[in-house]
Amino acid sequence: MNKQKFLAGPYLVWAAGFIILPLLMVLYYGLTGDEGQLTLEHLAAIADPIHVKALWESLLIAAGSTAICLVIAYPLAYILSRSHIRQSGAVIMLFILPMWINFLLRILALQMILANTGILNAILRFFGLPRLHLMYSHGAILIGMVYEYLPFMILPIYNILCKIDRDVIDAARDLGADGITVFRRIILPLSLPGVMSGVIMVFIPGISEFVIADILGGSKILLIGNVIEQEFSLANDWGLGSGLSLVLMLFIFVSMPLMNKYDKTGEGQILW
Amino acid sequence: MVKAKAFLKRFYVGLVFFLLYSPILVMIVCSFNSSKARTVWGGFTFDWYLQLFRDGAVLEAVRTSLLLTASAALIATALGTLACLGMAAMGKQSQGVLISITNIPMLNADIVTGIAVMLLFVRFMNLGYTSMLIAHVTLCIPYIILNVMPKLRQTNTSIYEAALDLGATPVYAFIKVVLPDLMPAIFSGFLLAFTISLDDFIITYFTKGAGINTISTMLYQEVRRGINPEMYAMSTLLFLAILLILFAANRISETQEEKGA
Repeated sequence: MNKQKFLAGPYLVWAAGFIILPLLMVLYYGLTGDEGQLTLEHLAAIADPIHVKALWESLLIAAGSTAICLVIAYPLAYILSRSHIRQSGAVIMLFILPMWINFLLRILALQMILANTGILNAILRFFGLPRLHLMYSHGAILIGMVYEYLPFMILPIYNILCKIDRDVIDAARDLGADGITVFRRIILPLSLPGVMSGVIMVFIPGISEFVIADILGGSKILLIGNVIEQEFSLANDWGLGSGLSLVLMLFIFVSMPLMNKYDKTGEGQILW
Repeated sequence: MVKAKAFLKRFYVGLVFFLLYSPILVMIVCSFNSSKARTVWGGFTFDWYLQLFRDGAVLEAVRTSLLLTASAALIATALGTLACLGMAAMGKQSQGVLISITNIPMLNADIVTGIAVMLLFVRFMNLGYTSMLIAHVTLCIPYIILNVMPKLRQTNTSIYEAALDLGATPVYAFIKVVLPDLMPAIFSGFLLAFTISLDDFIITYFTKGAGINTISTMLYQEVRRGINPEMYAMSTLLFLAILLILFAANRISETQEEKGA
């Protein structure tokens, strides 16, 4: 089957031209100054207090939404993987389906629900409960991110839980393990690769998010994604924007080895 | 006790699905709201649906979005499936390197991918439909490869070799023996790629040329001055369309399974 190798040719060219080369462009813009001289000035700009604050808040919100997603998603994936509908593929469809409504519209609809005169507060008022001031806060951004990225946490965990061999669990039970021990010693360790990929799939887009922060956070809260976006769309400082992007790219070097550690077959299939 | 547990499980699953779908419900309701103010109910109307079909700009954006997404997903499916076949013939090490490169667009933040591709295009060509298409294909390919590659490993190569021994040409053997096996994986990869591409805003935002709008970029422009309710109507129709297609596809595969059994 050795002759088949050439079939990967078109993709190799594509990957070199449109995955590797663009990243080298970011590297080039991020490391050169106005006259094309080598400089670390753009990279060092991350130390600017405004940028440090933005990066820190982004990390906090991304970590928070990842944790909340995990807490919601794990029990859900576990219940679904044990139910009779697990084979139908319908479950996965149900989580992908909302994506057919444009992301911006979903976030705007969420805004209508959370707004001070919105649906949630109308319901609270109906029951005589005090009004919540959720909009334009870190909390609103957090809710938005959890809402947006929850499917990316559920799917990999669900997939890996479905793959666990029932016989292993039965064997553990035969050997006298109770429900908690089975979960702690068998199910949890076997599902860790799915958890890992879920965490990466939520955390990575979470750090760089700027649209959700824009709509639900008002323009009061500046995340690192907003800073980078503004360098390109408003300030036209591509060098600075690229330099800050390089800082975000560092997270790849953290997540790539993590992925490879858990993805022993090298198939990359644990992402989805 | 068992009953209470089963009820709790159902309640939990139902609650999460409700939260996931409630914004969509809100949007569908808004598409029938005659008041333009988003939180005031002004009465039931079909006007937005009627206006939608007379609004050239919105229809153009829908057309661009669907065309862009369909072409990107198709090109990515072809490139990605071929890449998988080629990679299957490679050694473990080169395969590992290629998979790592494939993972980059998924592990990289969308904003970085978008900016990177934009920097390349601005330097060497103009931003326009082509730049958007290339960026979307790049976004889609990982989903194809990550779906097809595991399936390809599971397929039995001896059947393919048997077909060759019996005199089939490699292409014929591939189409008759390997492809039917891969089809479900290719299809689910395509569907996922299509969905991700249609839903994308960030990469489109950075790579689009002036004067071109997709549904996403049109909505983003409207965020500040207020959303045109025609967009709710358009999205409701799009949502119903995909719901019908998926439902039909599910029914077809179910009846096929029954026949097979």
